Amino acid sequence: MAKQPHAPRNKPLRKGVNRYSRSVMYAKRYAFKHRKNVTKVEKRLDVTHKLKTIGGDKNGSTRFVPTKKMPRYYPTEDVPRKLRSHGKKPFSEHKRKLRSSITPGTVLILLAGPHRGKRVVFLKQLDTGLLLVTGPHKLNGVPLRRINQVYVIATKTKVDVSGVTIPKRVSDAYFKRKELSKPKHGEGEIFETDEQKYTVSDERKEDQTAVDKQVLAVLGKDEYMKGYLTGKFSLQTGQYPHNMVF
Amino acid sequence: MVYKKFIEIGTVVYINLGPHAGKLAAIVNVVDQNRLLVNGPCSKVPRCVVNLKQIKITQFRIKMPFGARAGVVGKAWEKANINALWAETKWAKKIESKAKKASLSDYDRYKLMKIRQKRSKIIAAEVRRLKKSAKSQ
Repeated sequence: MAKQPHAPRNKPLRKGVNRYSRSVMYAKRYAFKHRKNVTKVEKRLDVTHKLKTIGGDKNGSTRFVPTKKMPRYYPTEDVPRKLRSHGKKPFSEHKRKLRSSITPGTVLILLAGPHRGKRVVFLKQLDTGLLLVTGPHKLNGVPLRRINQVYVIATKTKVDVSGVTIPKRVSDAYFKRKELSKPKHGEGEIFETDEQKYTVSDERKEDQTAVDKQVLAVLGKDEYMKGYLTGKFSLQTGQYPHNMVF
Repeated sequence: MVYKKFIEIGTVVYINLGPHAGKLAAIVNVVDQNRLLVNGPCSKVPRCVVNLKQIKITQFRIKMPFGARAGVVGKAWEKANINALWAETKWAKKIESKAKKASLSDYDRYKLMKIRQKRSKIIAAEVRRLKKSAKSQ
């Protein structure tokens, strides 16, 4: 038969107030019999203290100094007060999350921006958390681009991009917008200097063809995939996004 | 309008609404004017009371006494092979195709559209050919 638990010897009468005092409990528990004789531990001065050589004439050449010094400051409060910025991390240290439905190779539907309605291939998530996608550019005009996952529907269709290598220079800094110089209205120069227009850099074109070549090769394996990415997504009558499977 | 299907003991019904929606069950007994006691041991419907408004009568009926217990109902069900017969009906097939359509992904919908276009083209071409040959006669 299993050992039955003993009823509490010292039942609480109220929270924090027990029936028997400490000394009475000592006797009830027969604690004097269970007392362990504690052998005194010798203080090991060789561990807690160390010999330190001191310079100067009349200082005595060595001194016996404790290895660990006492703290030179005890704060008045037990736990130091936290700064207002406590726990608030700068953007660069934020935790990047990615929806579980978005994995490399997922076909995404863009919902906002100049390419809204287009279906693109997701390549990877960049350090800032933005998604790197490509049209491919030949199919739908979407270049290597960053998008926020908030403006995206992840479809169930996945393409195998495990073999696709993205050039190392493609990163957040690569995509950062460059300030175009606006014409400065100097004396007599009002209509002379033109506004700098955005032109696609050669390095972008290079990277685009490099990546798209690989992606298109993978897309070509499925008969309808290229046509699928060329067309745009739209809702028809009777189609409700909350009822649809993407 | 002449009614062709009736509520009888043993009638197999399709449960439309409620916790057992989408399943078949056999009528075991009648509670009152609005409610039935049904049981579908071969279709995971426990013995329960359903409202007439929640069900739809199918063409099938199994032979069983009223108030029969689940074992008896199950045996009669299997003897009549209701599950197989039901799967062959147009009704069941429609339900299946609806469910399939609803579960299509965006890519599936695109592929379906393309295939339908292909089919229409083939049909249209054939119609044109037949019209032409009919005209020339």
